[in-house]
Amino acid sequence: MENNVFAGQYRGRKRKDIFFRIAVMVPAGIVIALLFLILAQVVVNGAKSLNFDFFFQQQKPFGEIGGGIVQAIVGTLMLLATAIVIALPFSLLAALYLYEHKGSKRANGLLSVVNTLQGIPSIVIGVVIYSWVVVPMKTFSALSGGIALSIVMLPLMISMIKESLEMVPASYVEAALALGAPRWRVIVEIVLPAAGSGILEATGLGIARSAGETAPLLFTAFGNPFLSLNFKGPISALPLVIYEYIKSPYDDWHQKAWGAALLLVVFVLSLNLFIGTRKKR
Amino acid sequence: MNDRRFNALLGFAALVIVFIFAGFLFTLVVQSLPAVKQEGAAFLYGSEWNPVTTHFGALPFIIGTLMTSAIALVIAIPLSLSAGIVMGEYVNSSWIRSILNTLINVLASIPSVVFGLWGIEVVIPLIRKLAMLVGAPPYGAGILSASLVLAIMIIPYMSSMTREALMNVPAGLREGAFALGLTKQEVVTGIALPFAKNSIFAGILLSLGRALGETMAVTMLIGNATRIPTSLFSLGNTLASVIASQFNEAASDVHRSAMMGLALILLVITMLAGWFGRSLMSKGMGAYGK
Repeated sequence: MENNVFAGQYRGRKRKDIFFRIAVMVPAGIVIALLFLILAQVVVNGAKSLNFDFFFQQQKPFGEIGGGIVQAIVGTLMLLATAIVIALPFSLLAALYLYEHKGSKRANGLLSVVNTLQGIPSIVIGVVIYSWVVVPMKTFSALSGGIALSIVMLPLMISMIKESLEMVPASYVEAALALGAPRWRVIVEIVLPAAGSGILEATGLGIARSAGETAPLLFTAFGNPFLSLNFKGPISALPLVIYEYIKSPYDDWHQKAWGAALLLVVFVLSLNLFIGTRKKR
Repeated sequence: MNDRRFNALLGFAALVIVFIFAGFLFTLVVQSLPAVKQEGAAFLYGSEWNPVTTHFGALPFIIGTLMTSAIALVIAIPLSLSAGIVMGEYVNSSWIRSILNTLINVLASIPSVVFGLWGIEVVIPLIRKLAMLVGAPPYGAGILSASLVLAIMIIPYMSSMTREALMNVPAGLREGAFALGLTKQEVVTGIALPFAKNSIFAGILLSLGRALGETMAVTMLIGNATRIPTSLFSLGNTLASVIASQFNEAASDVHRSAMMGLALILLVITMLAGWFGRSLMSKGMGAYGK
């Protein structure tokens, strides 16, 4: 008799267990399915507009079919190059500061500033850089867009570089110091090379993160229908083209927006995957 | 080069970072002064935003921001917790686990403007049909469309943070519970989730911070109406989306200044969510050594 009571109880618990399993598996499945759906739609819709002209032609005048988005591809590359030229040295030095002063009050303060910077909505970066750079220069420019993107990159790169610096074995540093090398030479010749791949990954991730940023570019790079190599003038970018084209009334432009989206996603994902496989090694 | 100069260089870079942040606050405060002076405290609670009559009250956008983020959280929390639990507790094969991880990372790295594009082409037509079914105005765009896509965008962060929180639960606790004969469900809901709850809650707050400041997808889907949203299907605007859609076409200096004020409000709200989230995160870590 007693035994049966336990058996009944166990059956109830078992049932609850199975019910719970289903209750978490189904939503998780929905999440995965949604992801596949979005990716598949980007790939299928985007692939339709990929052709030679898409990569090598400029935008055609409003309403005309054909042309491409070379102005946006070049623009995005120029913006990212500007951003990384600014962000890499500063994030390297700031990460070294955190590494050298680890645990001190100032370093902790800097760390929380970095964390707070990371949480700043990118649109806010856009309006501030507008008043810092665009207003004094009196024009939208690739330069201001690059500066805005560099601020998107900075906090992420600082914390990633800091982590890779901290993974350098202390014994390397101690051995070099014991040989009588001054601190700065130990950093430059031992710590930085040892953390090299981590720094490279941080750079890649900084690029991947900011390549798709649109909001900081709206009031800085602004967009440009023509191919431009002028850093002091407004410039196009892939995310700006997506935003602008999908708002337009032309089917051909909607199609190109999907193409630009595919291009952007492939670029960002291949950077991410490249970093992911490096990390595992 | 010597050690002193080297340290000075590092200190200089650190100062630059701090100045950038201080400069952000300073610039936003100074630039928003003209609008705040004109409107007074009504800038925060005024419900009219009219560039023509130059009346600027931020309330419709504060409500729009909180409403879209809240709805997105309501949708995203059950989905992300489930996905996190499955990845953290139910998947044993490391092969499947790494595939799921990659998938979640992929979703997390898709740019916001691409989600906006997807929302315009896929979500808006669906919501339009739904609106016609229930007899709401069939804009398609609006609060619900924006919130839905926002939810999809924060799911990857929330679920990977949930998974990490669960994986930080000491194996001994779990083993002990299994040894006592608890079922999987009892271990998860009775041991693992309570242990990880601070970190999970922190993950939710950090995702909220992202949702609050998310700009492009919301701008493309919310319909950009400058009035207080009254239903799921009404058009609206968030703090971020009104800046994105009106800043370049600012009708006057006060209009632009008012948008600087909106940016300041947005910055303060997201900073609060972030600080609160991070402090919970460190508390969660400290609970059991690590």
